[in-house]
Amino acid sequence: MAGGSKPPPLNQRSNWHGVLLAMDLIFTNLVNGLMLGALYAIVSVGLTLVFGIIKVINFAHGEFLMVAMFLVFFATAYFGVHPYVTLVVVLPLIFGLGMLVQRVLIEPLQDSDEHIMIFATVGLSIAMINLMLMLFGPDIYSTPSSGLRTVVDMGPAMFLTGQLNILIAAIALVGGIHLFLTRTQLGRAIRATGQNRAAAQLMGINVSWVYMVTFGIGVSCVGLAAVLIAPLYPTSPEVGQYFVLLSFVVVVMGGLGSISGALLAAMIIGIVDAFAGFYLGANVKDLVVFGIFLLVLIFRPQGLFGGARNMSHVS
Amino acid sequence: MLKLNNVTAGYGSTTILHGISLEVNEGEIVTIVGGNGAGKSTTLRTISSLIKIADGSIEFEGEDITKIPAHKIVERGITMVPEARQLFPEMTVLENLQMGSFTKVARPHYKEKLDEVLTLFPRVAERLSQGAQSLSGGEQQMVAIARGMMACPRLMLFDEPSLGLAPIVVSQVFDVVKKIAASGTTVLIVEQNVFQTLQIADRGYVIENGEIGMSGPAQELMGNDHIRKAYLGI
Ligand SMILES: Nc1ncnc2c1ncn2[C@@H]1O[C@H](COP(=O)(O)OP(=O)(O)OP(=O)(O)O)[C@@H](O)[C@H]1O
Ligand SMILES: [Mg+2]
Repeated sequence: MAGGSKPPPLNQRSNWHGVLLAMDLIFTNLVNGLMLGALYAIVSVGLTLVFGIIKVINFAHGEFLMVAMFLVFFATAYFGVHPYVTLVVVLPLIFGLGMLVQRVLIEPLQDSDEHIMIFATVGLSIAMINLMLMLFGPDIYSTPSSGLRTVVDMGPAMFLTGQLNILIAAIALVGGIHLFLTRTQLGRAIRATGQNRAAAQLMGINVSWVYMVTFGIGVSCVGLAAVLIAPLYPTSPEVGQYFVLLSFVVVVMGGLGSISGALLAAMIIGIVDAFAGFYLGANVKDLVVFGIFLLVLIFRPQGLFGGARNMSHVS
Repeated sequence: MLKLNNVTAGYGSTTILHGISLEVNEGEIVTIVGGNGAGKSTTLRTISSLIKIADGSIEFEGEDITKIPAHKIVERGITMVPEARQLFPEMTVLENLQMGSFTKVARPHYKEKLDEVLTLFPRVAERLSQGAQSLSGGEQQMVAIARGMMACPRLMLFDEPSLGLAPIVVSQVFDVVKKIAASGTTVLIVEQNVFQTLQIADRGYVIENGEIGMSGPAQELMGNDHIRKAYLGI
């Protein structure tokens, strides 16, 4: 600024500054969206797996998440360990609970009208919420954050270490489930049962066992989600509803039963959620998300990524 | 080898089979003949335990298998190639064959069985990595039979394996069934092609409205007036 040259006009300077700031915000929202999407992915993968194989829409999926979050809270408090360590207790317990629900609730109804099944899982959801309300009241329980709410400042984007772990876990989970379903004998048996139950029985597959394992794996996904989010979000009997509503959107958008579809749809919903929440506000955000959902339902009812599946083979 | 004693079975509260009795001896090809809806598929499904028995009993190799669940029936050595192929549509041909040898009895023989079926069905061998859904009807039937063989069965149940196939393919299917029987597997087959089936069968049963009407050596049945009129259209 030597000589007599004037400094750039003030409004121009603030424009540049504004652009940089806007870029930062876009980047931050993108990163936040991905991390939110990762959480939806973990929850949705379990939901879509159960639907794809057992043909049951588990309306109590969120309540398994809620129960698992309570388990994380109590295990952390009781053993005084890092929340992530509670995975070794939470996973087996949730897996077992899932198997039990499949065996005593879903299986006896499996050959009856599919609407009955909706009542069954909705009923289970309400029962679980009320049981927890009875036991613990409507209060909020906060699992210690154990350093997971530490902010990582990566230049333009800022996020919490706990969020980054969710993203890593989502990628590992989807990859792991994919490998399990395609490379292992049990995984193939699960897919076979989903594609043709009677034929699976004719191969010597114990389909009732396969259903139990599948339901167990499905709800174990929210067991994992619970361990990841309990240190970041408060736990309460209604917390499941909050997280799972969008997962139903994700599962339908991804194409019912499609795991890769759920992953992609979860990321889209996560990013839309983050941007709409930031630029349009929390109230308008849901309007945008569900507006997109309705558009998908109208124009691609088979989901964004679900092919036109030929279900005629399935008995 | 297989013996049905007064088997009664059906769907829900509807009884379809009213006291079926039949027998299959080791090494035989036995056929069940009957009109649409007579209960042929239901009989095979009952043997495979896909349907629960309401009354009566089933014996296999001298043991009572009446209450054995479907997945255990396969382990015992009975495999059904079901009506309308029933492949796993979103799996590859190879994966379908792998599912065939799922039982712990069959798994150790996977390699040798795979060689065997691929030699028998060269067209299947060419399509191992193809999705099952993308195959033609005839190819799907070959895969369904191959998949059934992968389970190392001693008794194979066929439910209308030639349904909806072109005449050349139909005779290929019958050749395959003959080969399977010649290799020592006992066969119980249900078919619309009554004439062709009676030609390869040792004995036959006629089922009408869920009851066995007539039975005897295949030659005799072919000469029977009622059968000639009702099923052979002669
Ligand atoms: N899943 C089912 N639920 C209820 N009824 C059934 C079912 N499957 C078959 N039936 C009934 O059972 C009866 C016998 O059917 P089945 O399939 O055994 O006949 P089929 O002899 O194999 O005939 P087709 O030659 O047409 O295959 C029919 O009246 C049919 O309507
Ligand atoms: Mg039939």
